[in-house]
Amino acid sequence: MKNLGFRDKLTGLPKPVRILLWILLALFAYALPLLELPIISTPGVDFGGVLFTVTIYCLVALGLNIVVGYAGLLDLGYVGFYAIGAYTVGILTSFHANWPLLLAIPVAVVAAMVSGVILGAPTLRVRGDYLAIVTLGFGEIIRLTAVNLEWLGDARGIKNIAKPPNIGDEKSGLFEIPHLLWGNGTVLVDTEHPTKFLVFGYIDQVPYYWMGLTAVIIVLIADILIKSSRVGRAWEATREDEDAAELMGVPTFKFKLLAFSTGAFVGGLAGGLYASRQGFINPLSFLLLYSILFLAAVVVGGQGNRWGVLLGAILVAYLPQRFREFDDFRVLAFGAALVLLATLRPEGLIPPRRTVRAKQLEQELDELEQGTDEGEEAARV
Amino acid sequence: MNFEFFFNNLPELTITGLAFGAIYALIALGYTMVYGVLQLINFAHSEVFMYGTFATLWTVIALNAADANGIKLIAILIVALFASMALSALIALALERVAYRRLIERDAPRLIALISAIGASFVLAELMGLRDRIAGWFGLEDDLSEYVGKARINNSMAGTLEKPRFDVAGVAISSIDIIVIVAAIGMMVLLDQFVRRSRLGKGIRATAQDPETASLMGVNPTRTIQVTFLIGGLMAGVAAFLYMLKIDTTKYDVGFLLGVKAFTAAVLGGIGNLRGALLGGLVLGVAENWGQALFGGEWRDVIAFVLLVLILLVRPTGLLGESLGKARA
Amino acid sequence: MRRNKVVGLGAVVLTLGLSLTACGTTEDGDGGSDAACDLKLAFFGPETGAAAGLGKPIIQGMQLAVDQYNDDADCDVEMVKYDSQGSPDEAPSLATEVAGDESIVGVVGPAFSGEGAAAGPIFAEAGVPTITPSGTNPGLSTNGWDTFHRALGNDATQGPAAAKYIKDTLKAASVFVIDDASEYGAGLAGIVEKDLAGAVTGTDTIQTGQTDFSTTVTKVNDKKPDAVFFGGYYAEATILIGQLRDGGYEGKFVVADGVKDPAFLDAKDAAEGTIITCPCIPDTDPAVATFAADYEKEFSEAPGTYAAEAYDAANVFLDGIESGIDNREDLLAFVNDYDEKGITKQLKFDKTGEPADVHVYAYTVKGGAIVPEGEIK
Repeated sequence: MKNLGFRDKLTGLPKPVRILLWILLALFAYALPLLELPIISTPGVDFGGVLFTVTIYCLVALGLNIVVGYAGLLDLGYVGFYAIGAYTVGILTSFHANWPLLLAIPVAVVAAMVSGVILGAPTLRVRGDYLAIVTLGFGEIIRLTAVNLEWLGDARGIKNIAKPPNIGDEKSGLFEIPHLLWGNGTVLVDTEHPTKFLVFGYIDQVPYYWMGLTAVIIVLIADILIKSSRVGRAWEATREDEDAAELMGVPTFKFKLLAFSTGAFVGGLAGGLYASRQGFINPLSFLLLYSILFLAAVVVGGQGNRWGVLLGAILVAYLPQRFREFDDFRVLAFGAALVLLATLRPEGLIPPRRTVRAKQLEQELDELEQGTDEGEEAARV
Repeated sequence: MNFEFFFNNLPELTITGLAFGAIYALIALGYTMVYGVLQLINFAHSEVFMYGTFATLWTVIALNAADANGIKLIAILIVALFASMALSALIALALERVAYRRLIERDAPRLIALISAIGASFVLAELMGLRDRIAGWFGLEDDLSEYVGKARINNSMAGTLEKPRFDVAGVAISSIDIIVIVAAIGMMVLLDQFVRRSRLGKGIRATAQDPETASLMGVNPTRTIQVTFLIGGLMAGVAAFLYMLKIDTTKYDVGFLLGVKAFTAAVLGGIGNLRGALLGGLVLGVAENWGQALFGGEWRDVIAFVLLVLILLVRPTGLLGESLGKARA
Repeated sequence: MRRNKVVGLGAVVLTLGLSLTACGTTEDGDGGSDAACDLKLAFFGPETGAAAGLGKPIIQGMQLAVDQYNDDADCDVEMVKYDSQGSPDEAPSLATEVAGDESIVGVVGPAFSGEGAAAGPIFAEAGVPTITPSGTNPGLSTNGWDTFHRALGNDATQGPAAAKYIKDTLKAASVFVIDDASEYGAGLAGIVEKDLAGAVTGTDTIQTGQTDFSTTVTKVNDKKPDAVFFGGYYAEATILIGQLRDGGYEGKFVVADGVKDPAFLDAKDAAEGTIITCPCIPDTDPAVATFAADYEKEFSEAPGTYAAEAYDAANVFLDGIESGIDNREDLLAFVNDYDEKGITKQLKFDKTGEPADVHVYAYTVKGGAIVPEGEIK
């Protein structure tokens, strides 16, 4: 309910104010690794690097949300598309050719999308949880193929994957941006280790984060446009009641396939960017476990709500890094957090508006139907 | 493709495949029953199995089975079987209580229960992987070192059991494989009869068909769900025991791969269908062995999954179709 | 009502956690400016996750070296652990963090070749000297990273030695080669297969984590080879040899250093007679025996795979620190010129960072112990 109030307040603001707020938020996001805020910053692991990982999870979550949240297809093998994106970039920029990254990425996303269609066309006819196991199998097949084929670098992986092109001089970039340094109650400007705008080197992870964040923002805008279009409504109809949608003239299969391949497209993009930052990929980065973590990000955040899945992605990617001082207990703690989140917020942290509406409607109906139960109901809540 | 080898060794490949497939089948039961009743993928079921393997191992250590033989060894193994079933059942019930019940009662979206299960699965596996540290909190890590040592690596009871092989018409067959296959099929028949005939079993089937009507007819849904988890846990316990007889070795994360395979088997046979789980497990076990024989071990899992996809394309609800509710003869 | 309480509790836990970490950060800030002798060595590898079992002996071997150094040193060297979970995923962020902490003068690791490949360029650019106790991919030393060093022989030196042993000592006419599809196992098995060429009558691959090897056993029995070579780690080797012996295979079983772990002896009778090749000095050498005894006293278990290599790697750095070095640049030069006897081998690195002088020894499992058999020449 609180959430709804926030949304209402936000939409109630005049448009220029809203746009200003969004711009401020984006600026803050871009500046985050430079601010090195205490508490938020990750001790024991590079904050810029973690933020990059967070953006990759955000991309993946947005893509998977189209499949799981919008179209209602349970995909347990999303890492397969991510792997296809990463391997395409690896092969084209280093292993078998010498393409520049900016040329390889479009090919990578198209490759992922095509594989989405190839996988989806025969399998989307199987229903619900069967799809889950088929996609799970797909993810494993992709990984095992990478392990077994020398042409894909087998278990040794692919190295020297191309970095994004620098802007400005390689030594110093166009200009240098200092970081902040938080001491005992004082804030210093650290000019010794500035981030060079925009040099994609090895040590400084911040430019990669900016690249990832930019990709997230672009995908996010595309997501908003698609969701409010006819396609978005068709997805929703298909998810809610496939038969009814079909009856109303929605070619549900086509739209499911579209959702699947759109999701694959975003997954491939995430994989390509990941490969470029990493510089090295091997099959260990595409384990089934990642599919599960990606799904956890989407569901914990609130499937079907793009802000929810972003929050979920941030939590899933960030929490295990932030709490490194838990040491070897951090996986345990992460597991417990998942159970706790699921139990406390079964609709996800930020449920989609539709769910909230549906719940209200249901409650109204319930009250109308059985007015006597009202007292009991209130007591339980 | 190595056809010559394949055809020369077909009986042996098939029998060893059936034996491991039988273990898949017993684990698959847990997935299939919970799915039949709740339409949930009980992701943490693999950990229920894992705890069973440790119960067997710990019993064998505690009762010093390495030095026993004959009747005494058999007695110890029977104790181990019961210990395994008990611990697995306990974990399954705890899982239902902690990870699922609240979500089921509030009619939460099914996917969130999956996430809860995934979280619970991490917690259970890590608790086992950290048992040396946890024992250390109580200052027990030295006293219990036989049990809690090697927390992150393989724990083995190899050498406890002789596994003689005998020749049947030129085919070498392991005695353990026969025990595993017979025991697994025996448990399946028992369970099938139980679900078909007993009052509790009918309750399970009724709930699977139509939970609301079933509860109107006096079937307590919470209790039915508990019984479902209990049975799944018991079967996983049996699977864990047989697995330890055959493989001797377990590890805190042994459940993950086996769980994925068992779930695959459940879907292959038709999820929600008890006999489907058996058939799916056996088919998967044999298919893996045949695939490895023909294409090499590197493609073993690939073949298993490709087979799954192909079968689902031809029979979209698995080999025997779904529905626990219609699990009649 | 009940829900509120839980949330409240969560908030308390959260604040506690926050205040704790806030302390941690300020402490770190103080330490940096304090004294020159406040130096750290980092472990880089898996502490949690599926590979944690392989990480533990490495951590303990390094810990032992650091503890022994600190026992009679004026200023302690701190050991910090960077848990990569053995995945190349986390390697860049962690390596960047290591690079940013100037008080870390050396890294024992990265433990696996994959994470080594991902983290290598970062260490190279930051000038952090690294010595890996366990990453065996030959390709790692060919990247031109001055900072890369390896405290053990790579696949290309171990593989031929194993092949030589099978050919010359065992005189096996037919060999079956199995690998575990990992970077280490497949690399090693590939080299053995190539070296033995004509003698190899069959190959198969298993997957790490797999536990039922019945088809592989059938394949081996079909060929009835004189020897089976397995490229992989002890976890799978222990189960594999058990099933091979149960399946009636009676030939030799040859493995490499990834199996030289006390846990392999869990296979009991089945393990007997297994040949393990390892580029590490046998414990008939007093220094090695002392290490084994100290390790067992400290951790109440026998040293596992790569514990001795980690001990050696840490000691190279500690020798440098003892000689008064307090920065990466000098330590890197020190490591590059190092030439001392370690407990696994003569520790001297060539230009690419490979150990200059690798001797591979054969060990056998006899009477429930891994006993040295002599050098493979």
